[in-house]
Amino acid sequence: MIRIVDLHKAFGRKKVLQGVNLDLKQGETLAVIGQSGSGKSVLIKHIIGILRPDKGQIFVDGVEITTLKDDELHKITPRFGMLFQGVALFDSMTVAQNVSFGLERYTDFSQERIQELVAESLDKVGLKGCEGLMPQELSGGMRKRVGLARAIAYRPDIILYDEPSTGIDPIRADAINDLINMMKREMNVSSIVITHDIVSAYKVADRIAMLYEGKIVEAAAPEEIRNSKNPVIQQFIHGQAKGPIKNW
Amino acid sequence: MFQKPKSLLAYFYSFFQQAGEVSLLLLKVLKNMFKKPWERKVFIQQLEEIGVRSLPLVSLTAAFVGLAFGLHIYVAFHRYIGPDSEAYGGPMLSLGLTKEFIPILVGLMVTGRVGSAIAAEIGTMKITEQIDALFSLGADPTRYLVIPRVLACFIMLPCLTMYGDIIGMAGGFFYNVYIMGVNRILYIRTTVHYVELWDIAGGLIKAAVFGVIIALIGCWQGLRAAGGAEGVGKATTKTVVIASISILIVNFFLSKALPSI
Ligand SMILES: Nc1ncnc2c1ncn2[C@@H]1O[C@H](COP(=O)(O)OP(=O)(O)OP(=O)(O)O)[C@@H](O)[C@H]1O
Ligand SMILES: [Mg+2]
Repeated sequence: MIRIVDLHKAFGRKKVLQGVNLDLKQGETLAVIGQSGSGKSVLIKHIIGILRPDKGQIFVDGVEITTLKDDELHKITPRFGMLFQGVALFDSMTVAQNVSFGLERYTDFSQERIQELVAESLDKVGLKGCEGLMPQELSGGMRKRVGLARAIAYRPDIILYDEPSTGIDPIRADAINDLINMMKREMNVSSIVITHDIVSAYKVADRIAMLYEGKIVEAAAPEEIRNSKNPVIQQFIHGQAKGPIKNW
Repeated sequence: MFQKPKSLLAYFYSFFQQAGEVSLLLLKVLKNMFKKPWERKVFIQQLEEIGVRSLPLVSLTAAFVGLAFGLHIYVAFHRYIGPDSEAYGGPMLSLGLTKEFIPILVGLMVTGRVGSAIAAEIGTMKITEQIDALFSLGADPTRYLVIPRVLACFIMLPCLTMYGDIIGMAGGFFYNVYIMGVNRILYIRTTVHYVELWDIAGGLIKAAVFGVIIALIGCWQGLRAAGGAEGVGKATTKTVVIASISILIVNFFLSKALPSI
């Protein structure tokens, strides 16, 4: 479904991605783990075309998107839903306007239908009746869930979650894991979940990939990752300060 | 923290680089302006924000400039041409206001009010990933943010200037006729006789150009904002400085280029 081939990206002199190869299969949930600053957010921003690589290709169902013009890219973006790490709600709009934003652009539904879908999406993230609130009135966790509702409202078939459960209490975080699983089960979406939370990665992922020093060091089923011989992976999943990964 | 002083060459380099960036943005605006879908809602919002909400500011500015300018014209005619010639100051006042003062002042005032707001709003959106979010939800930033603002400024600045012309001329009229007792009929008649439509139109054309400058520079600075709240602050300041200076410089060349006789 998505194939990333030899992706390179540098900001100035700082090399962030240095040859990422990664596949996402139809209907699969892929968790990407990795240290803070390893370039996970940069990686998924490439997939939807927000960032353009210095080198390498990304294919979405065989179509290479890295060379598309913005106009052509927007024919593909309706297939993607993205939850940003900082959520990035439009702060001059109400919750309902935020959630309906994609629906209004990507569908020809009537206003009633759109409002219905907005309510339904908000219900899914447990924020029924919050339509009229402004983002400033929400807590951090609520904001994240509105971001989630906004990303799933127009029923994309690929969802990119950038740290969906960071900054959320453990119970809600688990509810988000359930939501990710439900999206996959009921709507057959394929998704990439970026996370620091190894427990949640085990819970939602069909495969886990680890990004380290600009490359994917291993991408395999959770079980295999758990038993991986690679010291980098072992250090990360056990959260140890000592090991091959330098702290600062 | 100390910054290394830049060499002259580096200044030139960054000047041309930035001029290039603005030109590219303008090109993008022109290229996408007529493509659908149009962002009607945002456009109307901007018309209101830029036009209607600037009215109080423009009213005050124009009224007091008209009064002050009227005062000096009165003095000039009274002193150099002689008593009872003051009514002939009407055309001069109107020319000065409609061709230079009102367009420039409206341009500068709107730069302060609207240009800075555009840079701050778009800059904040940039650093909080809202621009990326727009893109992911199918709204092209140029089309959704830049074009409505450029168009709204392009349309609204001439309107504001037209309105300012009227207020300014009324101010001058008020000072001369009601405070200094100049002959009302004569004042009006000379003004109507000597001021041509083209004089006013020239000022409006200038204003339209200023509008494009204000919106374009505000958007450009907002879109390249980086580095948190400080970056947004810088973008805002730069917008006001760059747009104001550009307006003054462009104004001279427009005055020169637009036929005046
Ligand atoms: N627009 C940008 N300009 C310059 N550098 C950038 C930009 N975006 C990201 N970077 C750099 O790229 C590196 C990777 O950033 P990224 O946000 O992808 O990290 P991450 O893996 O998502 O980390 P975290 O887990 O903390 O979110 C960082 O060192 C960051 O400084
Ligand atoms: Mg990140």
